[in-house]
Amino acid sequence: MSKATVQPRLDAAGLVQGVLEGDRLLLARAISRVENQERDAAELLSALYSHTGKAHIIGVTGAPGTGKSTLVTTLTQSYREAGLSVGVVAIDPTSPFTGGALLGDRVRMRALAGDAGVFVRSMATRGSLGGLSKTTGDVVTVLDAAGYERIIVETVGVGQAEVEIASTAHTTLVVEAPGLGDEVQAIKAGILEIADVLVVNKADRPGVDKTLRALEMMLEIENGGARLIRHHGQLLRVETPAALAADWEEEKRWKVIVMKTVATDSSGILELREQIEAHRRWLIESGEMGVREQLRIANTLENIVRAELNRRILARLPEAGMDSMVEAIRARRTDPYAAAGALLAAL
Amino acid sequence: MSERKIRVLVAKPGLDGHDRGAKVVARSLRDAGFEVIYTGIRQTPQMIAEAALQEDVDVVGLSILSGAHLTLCPKVVELLRAQGQQNVLVLVGGIVPDDDIEKLKAAGVEGIFGPGTSTQAIADFINQNAKVAA
Repeated sequence: MSKATVQPRLDAAGLVQGVLEGDRLLLARAISRVENQERDAAELLSALYSHTGKAHIIGVTGAPGTGKSTLVTTLTQSYREAGLSVGVVAIDPTSPFTGGALLGDRVRMRALAGDAGVFVRSMATRGSLGGLSKTTGDVVTVLDAAGYERIIVETVGVGQAEVEIASTAHTTLVVEAPGLGDEVQAIKAGILEIADVLVVNKADRPGVDKTLRALEMMLEIENGGARLIRHHGQLLRVETPAALAADWEEEKRWKVIVMKTVATDSSGILELREQIEAHRRWLIESGEMGVREQLRIANTLENIVRAELNRRILARLPEAGMDSMVEAIRARRTDPYAAAGALLAAL
Repeated sequence: MSERKIRVLVAKPGLDGHDRGAKVVARSLRDAGFEVIYTGIRQTPQMIAEAALQEDVDVVGLSILSGAHLTLCPKVVELLRAQGQQNVLVLVGGIVPDDDIEKLKAAGVEGIFGPGTSTQAIADFINQNAKVAA
């Protein structure tokens, strides 16, 4: 009677209309189509794009086990209390061996069930290594068009260098927990550099003061230095505008602070939400929002062009030629550099 | 270019907290190449249907050991169909007495897997029966 049946495939226009009208099933289907990079995904995104740009995008990143999912849950609840709708994109890794994934962020998000103002979507990385999946930015675009006012993107549990989130989010939270590292960890390059707000979660655990001191020491060094704009930089392949930075008055700079939270009992969450909103206001008032948006769009455009070029070039490389090259390299008759040159020369 | 994966929601409805079986199945389905969304224990049929909608899954797998399958499973199917997910395949794993199997099937539960089922059999069933649109 109610066995599963194949449903007819809606065209992109129908999905677009559903997304804009707040139909949750069609929103979910539109997200799938974008995530799967199906043939009409570009058409769908094109039609939705003019409805985007209203959401504030919050990135939440940090090592596995620091409590990101629980923090995202309580932060979402806090935004709901403030009357704002929230979209959540939670990313977990794909197995490089089987292509499968276990997406477990919902286990921590039970408290969000039954709220029509919240939409949670789990995504697998599907081979991407930067902490997000290739289509995360596109899924955020769909949620933005659907009218969610705050979109929280939770990255996979990251190590030290997965900083892609900073080119997707307006405000990036880096979540730490007591006992994970010392002062030297804190001054290494990478993940801590992208923080707009540093969060020490599980602040009821022993060692929290040491972690706070280490992070605060790092911030003192940073804030005392000459690099006034630390955002994106290398990540987006844009020179830090040093001249601009020098002109900025001390009080106009965004000051990264370290906040303590215990996500499991919501302590510090209201303050965290207020700090995120303060960052949002700063982005707008300082003009940095425009700069970031410009960089983000340039990045998106470049990625689309790059992906398409990649596809076109790879499609033209003869597979048989590749295989014999690989064999020749393995036998040390040639080397990867010479072989790559030969393949490209044949195009 | 297109990268379609079968997405499976694994949930434990009802009040028993024995989730080892659900975790083993979730893990084995991951190894079979599916994207598995694991929601954990003590889910109501409403919570399961809502998660299935937001995640746009192809399959919902329910793990039940409490004996409440005749109440909970038909409710999940009903909610899924009511919200427009005609395509979602519903499976149950756990302790289901033989007498109840036909009742569950009549209610739209298409796969019923008792103790001792190989995890490969579940993966094969999903690959053969998931209603994945072209």
